[in-house]
Amino acid sequence: MNLSITKYCSIKNGKVFVDGVEYFSSNEDKLNPFIKEFYRSEKPGYSKFFKMDDISKLGFMATEMLLKDFNKEVSPDKFSIVLSNSKSTLVTDQNFQDTVDKEDEIPSPAIFVYTLPNIMIGEISIRHNLKGENAFFINKNFDSNFISNYVHSLFCNQKTDCCIAGWVDYSNDKYEAFVYLVEKECCNKVANHNNEEINKLYKK
Amino acid sequence: MEKQELIEQLKLQIIEQLNLEDIEPSDIGNDEPLFGDGLGLDSIDALELIVLLEKEYGIKVEDPKEGKKIFVSVTTLADFIIANKK
Repeated sequence: MNLSITKYCSIKNGKVFVDGVEYFSSNEDKLNPFIKEFYRSEKPGYSKFFKMDDISKLGFMATEMLLKDFNKEVSPDKFSIVLSNSKSTLVTDQNFQDTVDKEDEIPSPAIFVYTLPNIMIGEISIRHNLKGENAFFINKNFDSNFISNYVHSLFCNQKTDCCIAGWVDYSNDKYEAFVYLVEKECCNKVANHNNEEINKLYKK
Repeated sequence: MEKQELIEQLKLQIIEQLNLEDIEPSDIGNDEPLFGDGLGLDSIDALELIVLLEKEYGIKVEDPKEGKKIFVSVTTLADFIIANKK
């Protein structure tokens, strides 16, 4: 089955690129102020954004770029998400542990709920009413071969008509999102969905 | 502390504790529902409000069912604090 990438978004080092073109930039080097500045510039009008942990904010804004002008009719249960990263939710895990360790602090339920990377997928799914297959994988580096094979199998098994895939990673003040939209072969593609072309987009 | 002063303090604490960054204290009506159609808080926010009561006012909500009455609005929350603060 031939699949197409119809849009992609990269966010790192204070810059947002959509389909390889710079879309937004900021002087903020830390993820939290940067991604909030980007949110305020975009004005998605989704106040729950501020309650999310930082990696969810990153994944949320990256996928906003993919879906903000998306107007094709896709059944919610055929819209899938497959994401990956190297450090899971390590920063949030540490933040939660800090609230556990402090003697006069009560562990925060609001931080605790974000100590799983799947929660990022949940936030994106709630935002866009996506009810299809979802998976979050932990790999040392972005493994385009693994992810593309997994996404391909979802399409071949008739479980998916559209899929968000990619890499959303955050640790030690380094952050990076690379997400792309995969659809069945169509005319408005920016690349073919295969290992080689995904890597080209990722390394751009 | 007067009740109105407590209400204003609670609004600031709710905004900070629940990360409601795009909300101003003046956006929260004293009798506006905190959950559902009002401020739109959810079940995790309810847990955070329980933490807030314990941390800031030393009040433990022993019975979770009590929460339904306590967290109706900022006014009911203030009334609960006034009645239970040691």
